[in-house]
Amino acid sequence: MARRILLAVAAPVLAMAIALGVSSLVLIASDNSPLEIYRSMWSFGTQLNSIISMINRAVPYYLAGLAVAIGFKMNLFNIGVEGQYYFAALIAAIVGAAFTLPSVLHVLAILIIAMASGAFLAGIAGVLKATRGVNEVISTIMLNNIVLGGFGAWLLTRARYDDGSGSLQIATKPIAESGRIPNLNGWLEAIGIDVPAGARLTGFLLVAIVVGVIYYLIIWRSRFGFDLRASGMNPWAARSSGVDAKGMVVKAMLLSGGMAGLVGLSSVLVENGRFAGDFQTGIGFTGIAVALVGRNHPVGVALGALLWGFMERSAQRLDLEGVPKEIVVIMQGTIVLSVVVAYEVVRRARAAQQQREVSAQVDDERVADTSVGVPA
Amino acid sequence: MVPGEVHAIVGENGAGKSTLMKILYGMLRPDEGTITVDGTVHEFKTPTDAIDVGIGMVHQHFMLADNFTVLENVVLGAEPRKGLSLDLAEGRRRIREISDTYGLDVDPDELVEDLGVGARQRVEILKVLYRGARILILDEPTAVLVPSEVTELFENLAELKQEGVTILFISHKLDEVLTVADSITVIRGGTTVTTVSPSEVTAQDLAELMVGSDLPTPETRESTVTDRVVLSTKGLEVRAVAGRPLISDVSFDIHAGEILGIAGVEGNGQTELIEAIIGVQELDEGHIELDGVDVTSWPTRRRREEGVGYIPQDRHRHGLLLDAPLWENVALGHQTVAPFTKGPWVDRKGARERTQEVVAAYDVRTPGIEVPAHALSGGNQQKLIVGREMEADAKVLIAAHPTRGVDVGAQAAIWDQLRAARSAGLATLLVSADLEELIGLSDRLLVIYRGRIVAELQPDEVTPEELGSYMTGARSAQEVQ
Repeated sequence: MARRILLAVAAPVLAMAIALGVSSLVLIASDNSPLEIYRSMWSFGTQLNSIISMINRAVPYYLAGLAVAIGFKMNLFNIGVEGQYYFAALIAAIVGAAFTLPSVLHVLAILIIAMASGAFLAGIAGVLKATRGVNEVISTIMLNNIVLGGFGAWLLTRARYDDGSGSLQIATKPIAESGRIPNLNGWLEAIGIDVPAGARLTGFLLVAIVVGVIYYLIIWRSRFGFDLRASGMNPWAARSSGVDAKGMVVKAMLLSGGMAGLVGLSSVLVENGRFAGDFQTGIGFTGIAVALVGRNHPVGVALGALLWGFMERSAQRLDLEGVPKEIVVIMQGTIVLSVVVAYEVVRRARAAQQQREVSAQVDDERVADTSVGVPA
Repeated sequence: MVPGEVHAIVGENGAGKSTLMKILYGMLRPDEGTITVDGTVHEFKTPTDAIDVGIGMVHQHFMLADNFTVLENVVLGAEPRKGLSLDLAEGRRRIREISDTYGLDVDPDELVEDLGVGARQRVEILKVLYRGARILILDEPTAVLVPSEVTELFENLAELKQEGVTILFISHKLDEVLTVADSITVIRGGTTVTTVSPSEVTAQDLAELMVGSDLPTPETRESTVTDRVVLSTKGLEVRAVAGRPLISDVSFDIHAGEILGIAGVEGNGQTELIEAIIGVQELDEGHIELDGVDVTSWPTRRRREEGVGYIPQDRHRHGLLLDAPLWENVALGHQTVAPFTKGPWVDRKGARERTQEVVAAYDVRTPGIEVPAHALSGGNQQKLIVGREMEADAKVLIAAHPTRGVDVGAQAAIWDQLRAARSAGLATLLVSADLEELIGLSDRLLVIYRGRIVAELQPDEVTPEELGSYMTGARSAQEVQ
């Protein structure tokens, strides 16, 4: 058991080490002291308001990571998380502002609308693949372009709401209080943590945790998850075992898109209460990196998302040190590359080890078998 | 090995034959030891290094592009050039030359898809000779051939030998080894047991050297066939995209307690037939009935839930999740029924208990049920698959090559289990390339040729040679009875 955990941790640790090494080289090449910079990043990144900021950043990354991971689990590459979460957040903000309900119900209704919108967009790619054999990478990229390149802007201008403040920011109508999720500062205060001024811990953290648990149960514990993982590991064997391959593609894409639909809601429901023109994009692509680093496991993806949040937060410190903060992008890139390589190295080491163990066991038995009949 | 010798390597599965070959062909590097060719010690880092010193490998599974001609296949990767352009004329000339020298009878301009299995194998051999090989490694070359083709292959080998080509012949068919080899090396548990000359030993001796036990025979005893039809197919037809039928008018009944054998050279529609019964291949014509109920429109899952067991022909591709633990593999194909499921959830406890039973009862050698399937040897993987299907209370078992690639001991065990299930009333469709297995186990034999059932034979009256002549289309159904 201890050995298994060691092997599981070996790859990400190795990858981090390589990433630190490469970044250090870059820093040295640009006449900076890596140790100094890391120390400064660390001390800034571990302050309480940095930690809160890290978690706030990590929540959407986590959801995006899980959305991508569902696809990965059956060898589908949903690059369209990017477009799906943008589309879903926009639709949810527009529809959610158009009605009111008692508070919890209103929030739930908006979550469902967002998931349905994300699932709809991803489902197009799923149906295209199942019926026409269109590669999901191509179709989701195209759908991204449709949403981000035109449809989203068109819809946002159509839904533009003038709040009378004279702001130049294009935004949708604010969602009523009943449809918003409060921040968790109250909870932090309740357990005796003094929240620094201006810091707010997103209430969407709770949604992310619940979604993580549901993801685990669906993928690892349910019959559906078994079929899904079987399809990913060996589509032919899965088919012979009775899995409906085409149906599975559509279901997996719907699920992935539904998950993607939640990504943007931390911004809409907690931080801003509406969808604004400065809505953060690019989280879908970060999700791919986070899913890779976290090996599609709910805990791993969470760690990956937190790592990304930490790096981006602590990068803000770099400007003060006179170092371009893009160094963090180099680190992130190196981590993803080295993680992929390191996992493969560890996977092979593990496979070889297991084979040795099994044959050692079988040989022992064989020796035991023959020793009965053969006099020494 | 000396030049112009046919040297056979025999050993049961997991004895290290494949590993040895991979080392000789540069696909694996030895931890210890050296390889000496013509007095020089060589270290092969890649297959290219092995090819450079004249070692060529003919794989068990052909690596040919069907829609290319023989010429194109042979020169692929070693193209003769004239300036920047491909010199096909030169390639054609050299292929003719090699073909004539060794009596391979290969026409460079024929399309590979038009060739039979034996001819394809000759193309494979020509391919390595074209690359200058003087030492040929043949990996189980007879596994895919019918008896008459085996004879032809042996004639080719004799010619190659005369021309000074050295042949390393890997096989587990002992009588063939005794016919063709000049010397035989037996390996067991990764080490050489002994090297013998075929004149000194019998097949029985070799088997004992290989496993230390007697050769099993697949003979079934008294008939347990009942008159209750369990699986019935009526006029099955599957057409290729182009409209050419892959199987056509296939009709048969299998009764409870009966093993129906399907004999045929691979690629004559067996795969389509099996897949149509399992439900992963759509039918263009015909009906399938299970226990008198028309199941033609049922999806695979429902058929499997209603008792269609399946031992696939390619266990890695169709039977296992190699990266998943054994207990998930035992659940595979039965994941929607007890004891593998509880409501919408996987019943991990039930699945693990069942896996323990399968591992114990079917002698799957493994340190535990949490190890991934890829860690097991081929024979143990097969035992696991057989065990999972046997324990699942199937009404019909589709067994495709149930003992392919497993060692003699496991083969005997699997035969015993098939027989036991048959007397318990299981209806079995046995598709196999091993004629002895077919004749020994089946209650009735159908021969499939170009997608049609061309003969029905009684296994106790037919010889492997006769069966082979039906399988190659040399004899037709009219001559029967």
